[in-house]
Amino acid sequence: MIKVYVSSVIEAPADAVWAEIRDFNALPKWTPFVAESRIEGGLASDKVGCVRNFRLKDGGAIREQLLTLSDYDFQCTYSILESPMGVDNYVATLKLTPVTDGGRTFAEWWAEFDCAPEREGELAQAIGQGVFQVGLDALKHRFRR
Amino acid sequence: MIRVTRSAIIDAPLERVWAVLRDFNSHAAWHPAVAESEIEDGYPADQVGCVRRFSLRDGNLIREQLLTLSDQEHVSTYCILDATLPMRRYVATVQLKRVTDGERTFWHWQSTFDVPRGREREFEQLVGVGVYEGGFEGLRAYLRRGRDRSGAGAPARARGAAGDLATHGVVVERFGGPEVLRHQALVAPAPGPGEVRLRQTAVGVNYIDVYVRAGHYPLITPPAALGMEAAGEVLDVGEGVAHLLPGDRVGYACPPPGAYVGARTMAVAQVVVLPDHVDDETAAAVMLKGMTAEYLLHRTHRVRAGDAVLVHAAAGGVGLFLCQWARSLGARVIGTVSSEDKARLARAHGCETPIITREHRFAAAVREATGGRGADVIFDGLGRAAADENLEALALRGHWVSYGQATGPLDAIAAERLTAKSATLSRPVLFHYTAERAALAEIAGRVFAALRDGVLRVEIRHRYPLAGAAEAHRDLEARRTTGPIVLLP
Repeated sequence: MIKVYVSSVIEAPADAVWAEIRDFNALPKWTPFVAESRIEGGLASDKVGCVRNFRLKDGGAIREQLLTLSDYDFQCTYSILESPMGVDNYVATLKLTPVTDGGRTFAEWWAEFDCAPEREGELAQAIGQGVFQVGLDALKHRFRR
Repeated sequence: MIRVTRSAIIDAPLERVWAVLRDFNSHAAWHPAVAESEIEDGYPADQVGCVRRFSLRDGNLIREQLLTLSDQEHVSTYCILDATLPMRRYVATVQLKRVTDGERTFWHWQSTFDVPRGREREFEQLVGVGVYEGGFEGLRAYLRRGRDRSGAGAPARARGAAGDLATHGVVVERFGGPEVLRHQALVAPAPGPGEVRLRQTAVGVNYIDVYVRAGHYPLITPPAALGMEAAGEVLDVGEGVAHLLPGDRVGYACPPPGAYVGARTMAVAQVVVLPDHVDDETAAAVMLKGMTAEYLLHRTHRVRAGDAVLVHAAAGGVGLFLCQWARSLGARVIGTVSSEDKARLARAHGCETPIITREHRFAAAVREATGGRGADVIFDGLGRAAADENLEALALRGHWVSYGQATGPLDAIAAERLTAKSATLSRPVLFHYTAERAALAEIAGRVFAALRDGVLRVEIRHRYPLAGAAEAHRDLEARRTTGPIVLLP
């Protein structure tokens, strides 16, 4: 099991950032790497248990299931059901915490998963820097003051 | 029950903040509201179960017990045992978390407790503002003054106490060729307010140094020392310097020139602390080019997986970094180079399609490599000679990022020529992206992380003594070097 952890500071209040990202089907709206996304089975996109089925701009297709959605903790946890990445038992969490000093947001995004040992470094880099950091950068950019 | 939560970002690495906060008796040193404090019964101040007895400046007395201390989670939990204040069942938790894209720390401080009915607001303010917010400011000031490092183990040199320090360096006597570089004795004065004095161990040589020496860029008035990039050790700091202390290993890449020296006194704003995994020579060799690649790929244009990226001079210093980093972001990297050897070098660094051209003719090849679409973004350090071909090679809504002008300054571009493709033209300069300290820390931090993770690989093949700077310039201008050049004072 390896863990990837990325965090950053976004120059906007946490409730405003949360409003942008709580919709489990909104990846194409706020990340630069998702081309299109839909929720399977006609469920609401904030229904815990729903599955998002999305396509990356580089072509990869991924299915992820929403496990936890908390408007109290500003937190969303999800697992990968299918992906071309070659990861198992992948569970990720995106969490926002208000920074009361300055009305900003501390954003954390982490994942735990299993993979072939020789791919750990490559996957940690691809997920940590290629996905999570890029996503947080997009939020920083969108909310820059 | 009242719950009070406050949080802040501290502009220091997590390890440094935690080293202070894990000491349960340290608050007397950094918290402005605490007058005196001691641990009862001679226990260590990081012993779970220990009790601190302290007085506030307003005269109140409090005893608190440490309940949890976790060096793993960076958590400290404690409760009030007795107080001259009417607070009951007070339990507080301090937690630190790392801000991974910059040398900063998130500090979360929360408590729950009861007070007499009607006094909730008063105590919410007392704890939230007086204790927690006051604590944030107190710790910031404490770190700024370097009080956490001034005890045992810290270097004994006093800040700014010494006078002039004799050193040596390479100065431009007048604008001209390499022959105008003269090695001579110099002096590094004691640092004034906002300044630091460094003993430099490695100095980076960049092509901009050649332009400055020749008088193309008006950055110096001869006689003056050259150089924009170096690494070394902090000797002493002036008044008001927050983030550096004697003994810190540091690096910088910034104007004004003056890096070709053994010891240097300079403004502190652009100097960053080096992580252990980046040695001095590497820092001196990569900071300017690495930070340039970082902001070009993440800030001027946010390169995404699948983007077609064209990198000019793909085997050059910045070019190789752009190729490696863009490739790791999932981009399709096309590059221009001037020879077969350089094409091989670029390919080995992630450039999938090197185009060999000495006349800067590449648009047709770029179109072919992208199925006719063109490049989504062009990183152009060439300038004038490539301008027309750049517009030709650009995809619809493409972004032409002109960050250098090796072949001469760009001629005026009629705005309609951008309209033809809804194109964007940017003329970014590194030092505008690093002007704010938080941004500098973030950019430098990402370069260091990229070195650690192997996203950027660098091999230093060319080392010269500082006195041999003229020879280094001759070799650089004659294209006898590949990769970074460092001077060793």
